[in-house]
Amino acid sequence: MLKVDAIDKGIVLDHIKANHSPQVFHYLGLADMDCPVAIMRRVKSNKLGVKDIIKISDKIDIDLKVLGYLDPDITVNIIEDGKTIEKKKLELPEEIVNVEKCKNPRCITSVEQEIDHIFRLADREKRIYRCIYCDSAAPKR
Amino acid sequence: MKHLIDPTDLTLNEIDDILALAERIISDRPAYAEVAKGKKLATLFFEPSTRTRLSFEAAMLELGGSVIGFSSADSSSTAKGESVADTARTVEKYADIIAMRHPKEGAPLVASMNVDIPVINAGDGGHLHPTQTLTDLLTIKETTGRLSDLTIGFCGDLKFGRTVHSLIKQLSRYENIRFILISPQELQIPDYIKDEVLIKQHKDFREVERMEEVIGELDILYMTRVQKERFFNEADYIRLKDSYILDMEKLKNAKQDLKILHPLPRVNEISVEVDKDPRALYFAQAEYGKFVRMALMMRLLHLAEPQGKGEGTC
Repeated sequence: MLKVDAIDKGIVLDHIKANHSPQVFHYLGLADMDCPVAIMRRVKSNKLGVKDIIKISDKIDIDLKVLGYLDPDITVNIIEDGKTIEKKKLELPEEIVNVEKCKNPRCITSVEQEIDHIFRLADREKRIYRCIYCDSAAPKR
Repeated sequence: MKHLIDPTDLTLNEIDDILALAERIISDRPAYAEVAKGKKLATLFFEPSTRTRLSFEAAMLELGGSVIGFSSADSSSTAKGESVADTARTVEKYADIIAMRHPKEGAPLVASMNVDIPVINAGDGGHLHPTQTLTDLLTIKETTGRLSDLTIGFCGDLKFGRTVHSLIKQLSRYENIRFILISPQELQIPDYIKDEVLIKQHKDFREVERMEEVIGELDILYMTRVQKERFFNEADYIRLKDSYILDMEKLKNAKQDLKILHPLPRVNEISVEVDKDPRALYFAQAEYGKFVRMALMMRLLHLAEPQGKGEGTC
């Protein structure tokens, strides 16, 4: 069985849907950070059957808001001195930037590549996000 | 209010304030002839328009300001590949306020995010056209004396008509408005307007296929154009097309104080014989568009009203 050591300080993202960890890695911008990161894919899970886990060592000041959009069921554990000191509850972010691309061919983002693709939460209950430029709904996840 | 991009950017109080200012301008135009002296409006029209561009320009000229701009993408640096943001940043150095029309949805919003001067959305594709909505509201208020207790019929293409969607949303904010939505099944109002506006706000509305059934009930008839290509088949178009053309025959059953509105351009959906009827207000509506744009620009530029008018500076 594959073993990854416990971390002394950092963040453990648990219960990521199987095979979704590369996406989480990408949207958190972990490739641009200089801290050690372990990605575990298809780990056995009582809850999910199989799951992914990401361990981020040495760093706890990461903007995790996008996780609420990607998958609100991800468990976020903040680790200090080898112990979980906080379990963060994920909420839907009010705004997501460059996470989704607007698919409306009439939207200004379809012709001007340098514009950020920004979606705002329009309906919390139905989890609908709309493009701030053209009001098109973001694709359902 | 720094910019006007979406009609919902405006609170009800801000709308009422703009309409009231427009009414004061109408009642004493010479008094406002120099309030924008030294101010420049840039009309950045990336696609053709008659009424909207000319009414913006006339509005600024009537306030004593001046106008610069272009009226097609071909005559701007867009033809060389310049972005909307860069065009706006450049124009900001030459003008005090921008009115922008663009075929792409959201382009005026992009401009507003990149400049410090006010930007007015003068139509972004089929998306939003907030000054048309203000024009419609002013026309209704000026000609009926109120924005409540009205039965309003919207007729024609209610599916794709952005002016209709926007006006329904705004009128829903006023008391005791009855909506009668007259359209072929193919061109009925989209579900999201029904669900998120009319049903959610418990508005009195009903949908019918024929104008003849309801014309006698209406205080306002808002006409739009029905295009043949919107129908799924020729037979339906032939069966229904006459129901969406207003003529003197249909007007026989209408109230004597009915107000007929149309955002224009008209093609054939209102017979020219109706133009002479005092109930036809669509050309007056185009003039109200100028007055409401004068009021809007005064507010966005924080221009003082002439002494003895209104409440002074805003």
